[in-house]
Amino acid sequence: MSVNQVSVFLENKPGTLNKLTEVLAANKVNIRALSLAETSEFGIVRMLVNDVFEATNVLKENNFVATLTPVLAYAIEDKAGDLNNLLENFSAANVNIEYMYAFAGKTRAYMIFRVNDTKKAEALLNSKGLKSLTQEEISAV
Amino acid sequence: MGNYFQEEIECAPIEKIKALQDELLPKQVRYVWENVPYYRKKMEEHGVTPDDIKSTADLHKLPFLSKADLKAAYPYGLLAVPRKDCVRIQSTSGTTGKRVVAFYTQGDIDIWEDCTARAIVAAGGTKDDVCQVSYGYGLFTGGPGLDGGSHKVGCLTIPTSSGNTERQIMFIMDLQATILCCTPSYAAYIGETLKEMGYKPEDIPLKAGIFGAEAWSEEMRRDIEKTLGIKAYDIYGLTEISGPGVAFECSEQKGMHIQEDHFIAEIIDPETGEVLPEGTQGELVFTTLDKKAFPLIRYRTRDICTLTREKCSCGRTHVRMTKPKGRSDDMLIIRGVNVFPSQIETVLMNNGYAANYQIIVGRVNNTDTFEVKVEMTPDMFTDNVGEVQARRKVLEDGLRSMLGIKAKVTLVAPKTITRSEGKAVRVIDTRKI
Repeated sequence: MSVNQVSVFLENKPGTLNKLTEVLAANKVNIRALSLAETSEFGIVRMLVNDVFEATNVLKENNFVATLTPVLAYAIEDKAGDLNNLLENFSAANVNIEYMYAFAGKTRAYMIFRVNDTKKAEALLNSKGLKSLTQEEISAV
Repeated sequence: MGNYFQEEIECAPIEKIKALQDELLPKQVRYVWENVPYYRKKMEEHGVTPDDIKSTADLHKLPFLSKADLKAAYPYGLLAVPRKDCVRIQSTSGTTGKRVVAFYTQGDIDIWEDCTARAIVAAGGTKDDVCQVSYGYGLFTGGPGLDGGSHKVGCLTIPTSSGNTERQIMFIMDLQATILCCTPSYAAYIGETLKEMGYKPEDIPLKAGIFGAEAWSEEMRRDIEKTLGIKAYDIYGLTEISGPGVAFECSEQKGMHIQEDHFIAEIIDPETGEVLPEGTQGELVFTTLDKKAFPLIRYRTRDICTLTREKCSCGRTHVRMTKPKGRSDDMLIIRGVNVFPSQIETVLMNNGYAANYQIIVGRVNNTDTFEVKVEMTPDMFTDNVGEVQARRKVLEDGLRSMLGIKAKVTLVAPKTITRSEGKAVRVIDTRKI
């Protein structure tokens, strides 16, 4: 199962990311993972949150432009070589990664991937015994 | 067909209107000569006296008035009646930095309100309508003008004035307003807010809107009509001449009928001042025929448009003007090219963006910088940086092909461009020339 990532448009100037976290904080939305893509003028914040519905609602109410993007999340062992193992499967299945980011949990590490054809990639990786995490699993990490 | 406030004059044969103008103009010129020393001096310098003006055919002999004259004669220099005969002033918003103060007798206000009443009826208004006036009340002519017209038509008038959008929407929905009068940018904002609140066009009781006081494009009209589920009518006017209602659209929406029983319109070459034939684009010039307090002869509006006398199927015979391409005060000259904000609006709307933009012009090393800030919209946003950049490039290309010069497009967050609830702040020009 792919998970819903919240992507938000931000202007590239001081204070805009803080304004976003302020809104999420005020509404008790917890960010589980975050990555920032930037150009000289604007940026796109990509994040996994504990409550996607609440996050998108409060962002809209506060005049942010946000969209949901399906991404694949995989848990790996937090030790040397395991990301390499995972990516070898991506290569073997010929899955192209548009972007990725990662965070480490207490026991395991979590890799989040944006690919061009999410469903196809998921099926290919599934056939290699790799199970992507569900929204609930990611929220529970 | 059939919607007239004063059918006899609005649909009078053109010969009759012409005869009325021929009768009123010489009188008005003599009246100004006798009561406004400032204009009399201009006429004397121009070598013309009231005896030279026998009909409208002699109009071209008279000198022009411009905004500079209004400034020079400020505040009382163009007043043609004793101050005790005036009952009100209105004043321009001063967007171009020169505040204009215009005076009215009660009779002048009656004429003005007749014109706005004609506009409301042309937009389908009757005494059964609930007319919400969301133009600013006060010095700005929008609110008082439409308010007076709405009373004359007999609509239930809701004088909300501008601002407090939530309250505007509460009145529209609770009192089932059927006609909305405001600036087009505010109409778009009200529409946007209603949409965000989850109202569909069919839930909104409005059926018509009368929008003016700033330049707006056909694309913006379609957008407002779609969001509010209404027919949107353009109205034109200027404080110097009276206010909104000098011209307005009928059901045909093929230009705005100028109220020729009160105003004579001419189109001139803005460079030479020469009167241009019908159908030629040029600067619009007005002469008031029956104003008492603040009569203006051959006042140059700076508005660029075209006039047509082609028969209009609405039945009205008065000459029509095209939507001004932009007040020449709004026109920017960037890198030697004429740029009208309305052109930029057209490109934005054709490319899926809203008409929320700001033009920023500066000068670096003797070269003009030209930036257009555009608000990101949910429809145009994607998670893909390359795609967002590509869409921005499409917009830049569109502007380049419309204007002939390159503009830098900067995407900004929604609702960050100042929306004044009267007139939108569209241009920031920091060049010191």
